[in-house]
Amino acid sequence: MSNHPITRNALSIGVATAVYAVSFGVLSVAAGFSVAQTCVMSLLCFTGASQLTFVSVIGAGGGMAGALPPALLLAGRNALYALSLKGIVSGTVPKRALRAQVVVDETTAMAHAQPTLAAKRLAFDLTAVCLFTAWNIGTLVGAVAGRGLGNPRDYGLDAVFPAVFLALLAPQLRGPEAMRAALAGALIALALLPIGPAGVPIIAASLGAVPVLLASTRRRRVGLGQAPEAGR
Amino acid sequence: MSWWPVLALCASAYALKAVGLVIGERLDRETSERWSLELVVVPVLAALIVIQTVSSGQRFVLDARAPALLVAAVLVWRKAPFVVVALAAAVTAALLRLVA
Repeated sequence: MSNHPITRNALSIGVATAVYAVSFGVLSVAAGFSVAQTCVMSLLCFTGASQLTFVSVIGAGGGMAGALPPALLLAGRNALYALSLKGIVSGTVPKRALRAQVVVDETTAMAHAQPTLAAKRLAFDLTAVCLFTAWNIGTLVGAVAGRGLGNPRDYGLDAVFPAVFLALLAPQLRGPEAMRAALAGALIALALLPIGPAGVPIIAASLGAVPVLLASTRRRRVGLGQAPEAGR
Repeated sequence: MSWWPVLALCASAYALKAVGLVIGERLDRETSERWSLELVVVPVLAALIVIQTVSSGQRFVLDARAPALLVAAVLVWRKAPFVVVALAAAVTAALLRLVA
């Protein structure tokens, strides 16, 4: 096992994810999906919150028409993540097509938390491998072994994810612009939580970056007008 | 259970990821730098942290996760290693629930 911090961080994310994957496996089989269907979902859908919502709604009798929209709203933020990973997700077309599948919360946060492009790419790939392995093995274990494995909440694992994302967000909070965007995002999500359907508060939070982006665009345009060589 | 819902979910989830990448690749460098695409992730992650900490479904819920995040925040601020932050959050939440 390497002592490289990126490897260590990716592995710890993998461990926490595996436990959640087990609960997804349990829930999915309880909702009426077969073990094969449950495992295919984790392999091909590979976006935890959407899968959990999807099987919960179907399990509650919501049907596909009730289950698909909330699941896709939750998956919508992956599109934003993919957009932000321009230049980081690289390689030939088949490689990029494969990497597209692993654009999720954890891989994006790990990539953006690194200082250099090479480290961002390494963090994305290593996290992807750990996460994909953990999520799929955990799903299989949960789907086959079923209940009796305990609730992840009892081990405080539901508190691990926000803590991990905070640790990954911190290095991205350089300067007042990022701080303001983060604060705006958090407030938008809180305000929309009781009214927006699941997933919407998080996607809408991206609007928190808009004032900052507009301000910096304006500044740059003014700067360019006055002194073409000054750049930003 | 039919396979159709499963396949529909998988196909659309992948499409969302791929669409983001394809749009990103079509943007020229100037546009993506001006719009600082990396910055968009910052408020989204901040929102994710808040939602994962204080919500249960669509309800606002304050439980052991909030003090756990506070402990994590202090450790992040003190530049503690990632694994320590994750473990401290889990232990805080687990102990608080044990006591409650």
